[in-house]
Amino acid sequence: MPGMDLEETLLPGVGVRYELRTRAGEILGIVVQREGGAEIAVYDRRDPDRARDVFRLTPEEADAVAEVLGATRLTQRFADLSREVPGLQAARFPIAPGSPFDGRTLGDTRARTLTGCSVVAIVRGSDVVPSPAPGDRLQAGDVLVAIGSATGLEQLDRRLAGQS
Amino acid sequence: MDHVGALLVELGLLFLGLSLLGLLARRLGLSPIPFVLVAALAVGQGGIVPLDTAEPFLSASAEIGVVLLLLTLGLEFSATELFGSFRRHAPSGVVDLVLNAPPGFAAGLLLGLPWEGALALAGVTWISSSGIVARLLGDLGRLANRETPAVLSILVLEDLAMALFLPLLVVALANEGPMAAVAGIALAVSAVLLVLLAVQRHGHRLGRLLSHDDDEQVLLRLVGLTLLVAGLAQSLGVSAAVGAFLVGLALPASFAERARAILAPLRDLFAATFFVAFGLATDPAEIVPVLPAALLLAGVTVATKLATGWYAARREGVGVPGRLRAGTALVPRGEFSIVIAGLAVAAGIPEVGPVATAYVLVLAVSGPVLTRFVEPFSAPFLARAA
Repeated sequence: MPGMDLEETLLPGVGVRYELRTRAGEILGIVVQREGGAEIAVYDRRDPDRARDVFRLTPEEADAVAEVLGATRLTQRFADLSREVPGLQAARFPIAPGSPFDGRTLGDTRARTLTGCSVVAIVRGSDVVPSPAPGDRLQAGDVLVAIGSATGLEQLDRRLAGQS
Repeated sequence: MDHVGALLVELGLLFLGLSLLGLLARRLGLSPIPFVLVAALAVGQGGIVPLDTAEPFLSASAEIGVVLLLLTLGLEFSATELFGSFRRHAPSGVVDLVLNAPPGFAAGLLLGLPWEGALALAGVTWISSSGIVARLLGDLGRLANRETPAVLSILVLEDLAMALFLPLLVVALANEGPMAAVAGIALAVSAVLLVLLAVQRHGHRLGRLLSHDDDEQVLLRLVGLTLLVAGLAQSLGVSAAVGAFLVGLALPASFAERARAILAPLRDLFAATFFVAFGLATDPAEIVPVLPAALLLAGVTVATKLATGWYAARREGVGVPGRLRAGTALVPRGEFSIVIAGLAVAAGIPEVGPVATAYVLVLAVSGPVLTRFVEPFSAPFLARAA
């Protein structure tokens, strides 16, 4: 994202700290903990190194905040996960209008059986369906977030586009 | 009472006592380790209440306690975090070693210990307690602070250094001549590097081998593998603790989280018996004469840790109050200082025990208090800066 000042620092044993200098000139600190919880901090104006007010979020609360703000965080998390496991990758697949799966269920794609990929979320506008069930119905405009091997993801891409 | 009855009653009372102490420690915002040590001094050898029947059991389970402590330490940090900390904070790690180990070594020699004992004491003063410090930073709401990455990185580097220091110490304590020492150290160093490199490529395979839907299966496989490797490492002369640490390192980050959750209760139980066994082996009467020396050593190494944190935080561009916070946060010494002292005692240098006990007692209590009170103290620096 151009012109945005988002700094990422590894916190060994804890998680990752993000520091965002907003255009309004304020600094927002976010610590995403390994266990899924998060802390959102506002820095002391006199001592900019010190978190003056800290919101502590449980994993559920952090997910709720993330859902409010959009689905980008979710994809990011799976991208992080795939970086830790060699050979595993994450990808997003939009369901185009006219796709053979528009209006059919997730189970109909047989993604796992045929390509070995797991669909870990469906992004629908500003909503996210995490861990979708096989019975969940897909529609044009949905974005599937899937993890799997590089070949598996290519197969899934072709399959969703109706090419195989 | 028959033998089994007496054993169970003693252990039951012991764990109930530990629970009360833990409660008290948390209420005061301190680590339970110093409380457990004091309680263990009070019972057993030379203490008020004898704990005769349980002692053989405690010393056996103390060995398992050390292995589990080191296993979870290895699980705590991923290889990425280790390499990342090393690249960015290596100079801080060196400063940490250069400032904090020599006071312990000098104190050991001045107290008339053999050089191997002085080396153990150097380790005792060098290693901050990652358990106490990490918990403290969370409790005080400092995780988002700018000095925190520097503090945590020092803890990571110390823990990595432990993997090299422990075998070095074990070899030195074994006293089998320079050839054996060089061979032992070379073996340990290459094992650590090999594991770190192998994890990058093949760690996920080991994770797959150990993982199972059933928690019980994971627990049995993990503990079994760890004890096996630890035992083999011990018989190769590189200390069981190092073997366990390597197993922890070798597990991939994706599996480590589950392993930590499953192991935590078992680790807490056995680690508690380790601290108790260490306290039991120390005669409280021997602590009093070394108390002045331990206090002096604590004073000196508070200053050196303060300087370490100051340096590490300044490298990150943190201001004076943050440097003071970083320095004081690193002061507590705890579990690993006791592990090191335990190795020396087991190797036949019992004089290390009382000094290390007194030293850890002082710093595990005063460290957290110090870093709490440094915040209002650093206010004048802010007024001047504004």
